[in-house]
Amino acid sequence: MTDPAATTQARTGQPADADLMIEAVGLRKEFGAFVAVDGIDVQVRRGEAFGFLGPNGAGKSSTMRMIGCVSPVSGGTLRVLGMDPDRDGARIRARLGVVPQQDSLDGELTVRDNLYIYARYFGLPRAKCRQLADELLEFANLTDRADSLVDPLSGGMKRRLTIARALVNQPEILLLDEPTTGLDPQARHVLWDRLFRLKRSGVTLVLTTHYMDEAEQLCDRLVVMDHGRIAAEGSPRALIEQWSTREVLELRFDEDDLSGHAASVEGIAERVEVIPDRLLLYVDDGEAAAAAVYQRGVRPLSSLVRRSTLEDVFLRLTGRSLVD
Amino acid sequence: MVTATAPSARDRHPAPALRVLEYFLVVLRRTFRGTIFGGFLSPLLYLVALGYGLGSLVNHSNGLGGVPYVEFIAPGVLVATAMQIGVFDASYPVLGAIKWQRQYHAMLATPVGVRDIVVGHITAITIRALLGGVVFLFVAALLGAIPSWTGVFAIVAVLLVAVAYAAAMFAIAANAEGDTSFTMVFRLGVIPMFLFSGTFFPVEQLPQWLQPVAYVVPLFHGSSLARDATLGTMSWGPDLVHVAYLLLWILVGGWLATRSLRRRMVL
Repeated sequence: MTDPAATTQARTGQPADADLMIEAVGLRKEFGAFVAVDGIDVQVRRGEAFGFLGPNGAGKSSTMRMIGCVSPVSGGTLRVLGMDPDRDGARIRARLGVVPQQDSLDGELTVRDNLYIYARYFGLPRAKCRQLADELLEFANLTDRADSLVDPLSGGMKRRLTIARALVNQPEILLLDEPTTGLDPQARHVLWDRLFRLKRSGVTLVLTTHYMDEAEQLCDRLVVMDHGRIAAEGSPRALIEQWSTREVLELRFDEDDLSGHAASVEGIAERVEVIPDRLLLYVDDGEAAAAAVYQRGVRPLSSLVRRSTLEDVFLRLTGRSLVD
Repeated sequence: MVTATAPSARDRHPAPALRVLEYFLVVLRRTFRGTIFGGFLSPLLYLVALGYGLGSLVNHSNGLGGVPYVEFIAPGVLVATAMQIGVFDASYPVLGAIKWQRQYHAMLATPVGVRDIVVGHITAITIRALLGGVVFLFVAALLGAIPSWTGVFAIVAVLLVAVAYAAAMFAIAANAEGDTSFTMVFRLGVIPMFLFSGTFFPVEQLPQWLQPVAYVVPLFHGSSLARDATLGTMSWGPDLVHVAYLLLWILVGGWLATRSLRRRMVL
């Protein structure tokens, strides 16, 4: 369900632009007969926080791995920092920071040694590595755990350490694959705060997520991915304006079949979505719509008026919800 | 190819394989006590128990052309230990770095490439085998089990055998889904080779039809080479053949290990 107008791509064919950090044109990734990424066009500029939003299996991680130069491109072209991952993989990786979806910390080394060893992989001198390790411990708020082993750390601490580790080479682009999946709300907020700080210091952030709140919090611009394609592109606000209404009226019922209720509220809303146990009414004025629903004699278990989110955009574009 | 092969990358990040080696040496330092035991204490037990214990019986038969039994098995045990370290250290630790601890994934996100990992990790394994080998050789010499000064060259056999077995096992581990196949390799590969490839008795004692099998086994060439060194019976012709055969295993094994790891990690 690709909307050509939404995927506004500036295919101007201009010479290399120093601020163009990542450029993909018709990028594809195939695993045998399975197409994971089906010809996407993406441009990320310096200092941006760019997001890939989509459900599991949408092709986000495959895209990230290609950008991270650990997975060969199957088709189309990809330029990262103006270079070709196929030829200059090591040179590109020297300037990237990678926060993988699955932790690859060394559980048997101390927190400090994890940073030190990883810095050494980039060929930095020992003294510099020690200094960086201390600075990054501070950044990750892990100084008092510096000499503890990694295994007993909490999930949030491990993620912070993974992010700190990705910064040892002072990367120009930080790639984050599902950075807060599996963390509790408090740990997520701490992590977001660290990412905001990085963004302010000029690091380009590229992240994948299936949390709409994360995308809304962090991303200047994002693409909605589904089945390996880009369904829409824009800032969170622009996407909501384009694909959803200002407000949403949620009606919750204690029944399995909601089609009867959907029929009886017809005409009140611009659009009605039926999802398990709820009706979503897309309207400009939620309170007015709620009053109209009651006037028609519909008595839901509960009703709620809220603002539209990227979840609604995703539902509109794909007919499915983000987190299944 | 996403490995660090671009010349410019090499310029900026000299020898990433050394960084990989450095990591595994940090791990080695952490497990040093266990390493010492596996690396030289257990072969020393073999040497004492069999060399002196069993040797007191064997020496009466004069089946070894006048060579005391302890002098016969010292180089055999030395090289067989290098094989065991090579195989073991390239089994669970390699699969673990792919699947469980995932250190290789962390490395590949940096300028380190697949070939650097293979070279760096196998070098670390070899250093552990060499450490154990040097200590064992020294203690065996003190015990009088190394009659010739040329015995120092036995360390070359330790080096070649450790690399040859580590490379082959690395290739197997990089293809393995789980660790069940490792038990098979140990039981059906390592132990028979340990017993029948010239460690404890000359392969000439094997039935005629079995002898060619022993000649194919790298350990046979390693123990022959080491024995020529410790007994002071080195001669260019046969010993160069042993070295060349082990080098062949290293080349083929190293190539297979790199190919397997690339297929596994670069998807």
